[in-house]
Amino acid sequence: MSGAAPNIGPPLWLLLELTYRCPLHCVFCYNPTDFARNEAELTTDEWLRVLREARALGAVQLGLSGGEPLSRDDLEPIVAEAHKLGFYINLITSGVGLNEARIKALQDAGLDHIQLSFQDSTRQMNDFLSSTRTFDLKSKVAALIRQYDYPMVLNVVLHRLNIDHVEDILEMAQRMGAQYVELANTQYYGWGFLNRDQLMPSREQLRRAEQATQRFRERAGQKMKIFFVVPDYYETRPKACMNGLGSVFLTLTPDGTALPCHAARMLPGFEFPNVREQNVEWIWRDSPAFNHFRGDGWMKEPCRSCPEKGKDFGGCRCQAYLLTGDPANTDPVCDLSPHHHLVTEAVARAQLPHVEEKPVLFFRDRANSRKLSGCTG
Amino acid sequence: MKPALGHGYRLQWEAAQNAHVLLYPEGMVKLNGSAGEILKRCDGQRTVAEITADLERAFEVQGLRSDVDAFVSHAVENGWLELRA
Repeated sequence: MSGAAPNIGPPLWLLLELTYRCPLHCVFCYNPTDFARNEAELTTDEWLRVLREARALGAVQLGLSGGEPLSRDDLEPIVAEAHKLGFYINLITSGVGLNEARIKALQDAGLDHIQLSFQDSTRQMNDFLSSTRTFDLKSKVAALIRQYDYPMVLNVVLHRLNIDHVEDILEMAQRMGAQYVELANTQYYGWGFLNRDQLMPSREQLRRAEQATQRFRERAGQKMKIFFVVPDYYETRPKACMNGLGSVFLTLTPDGTALPCHAARMLPGFEFPNVREQNVEWIWRDSPAFNHFRGDGWMKEPCRSCPEKGKDFGGCRCQAYLLTGDPANTDPVCDLSPHHHLVTEAVARAQLPHVEEKPVLFFRDRANSRKLSGCTG
Repeated sequence: MKPALGHGYRLQWEAAQNAHVLLYPEGMVKLNGSAGEILKRCDGQRTVAEITADLERAFEVQGLRSDVDAFVSHAVENGWLELRA
């Protein structure tokens, strides 16, 4: 296929990864493992221009993420401009760096929503998994979020090492006054893929965690809404990733690279455009990278002739690439994929008891990133 | 009871979608014409009866009450609206 697919809709969801700087070093982070290569962040004025251009195209939901977006000391003017333009602004944060002065300034600037991430309910596990001492700080941030009358939305990334604590996590969430809790199993990209075998829960762990979640729902009622997301490796049909690349989702990385999904930089053979060189409209509507996976002309069998291709769009391009080496292949999560065994083999390994002295996880830090990207200096 | 948008919800017209949309944390609902017209009037000041009367006047029709009731209860269930005394 070539050229634009018909009816290119607006990039309704705009995700700005404002920085890769982060005080945490989470082992499940989806950020690229070579993030240490890309440290030239856009300036304030460049971000403001991007906001104006994207809004003119119809972008309306805005995610401010990273890294830790609070590491940018110009977050407040960025929020203020986004608010003026009519975005609904979601801050996706670990909470590190959020004090009362900042939350007040962000609220005054028009911030609509804060999603707070939590690694676990026990201090030891939390500090281990993020390799910092942040638990007390996060509890304080949760109180601030409530004090400033934001809905308290908690995101907890689940994996083999914390999934057995689901009940404790939910009780902690309730104590913190959470209204929504997302228990999302790790997705295996970036650092998460590197650490996949250490992070994937067993079937039995998943079953117990889902039962614990159900028990909690029955006990606590509907006041706190809980979303439980199983790892897609346990599914037999792939997720409709990003609703198809180039359909509604636009990510900009700290250096201004535009991606059709936050993990897409790994895809080979693409020259992903940069907002320093092109405007957002050209990037979204005309750039070859954004048009490539629109429609179904790129699909291979078994997707191409599959009646479900309009439902799941062949699954995730990044997962197809990570597991099979070709991003146009069917996502191997699909049991119709000739590569499905790659998923079932990883799942089978997750059923084996892990040996305690298994190799250490790769913490997401600059030293590891430089090592993994072959940087020397 | 006077319906008002739920906490954290925002209603706005989106020219790019040629529709009213309801925005909320990490989500969005694109509204059809009548849903948009009803929600626009849910300001916490007016009762469902007053909203219905206003709609009937604006669109020169009668008998909208059951449609408005059905939509409002659907919206309350979804957390889009809350009922105020």
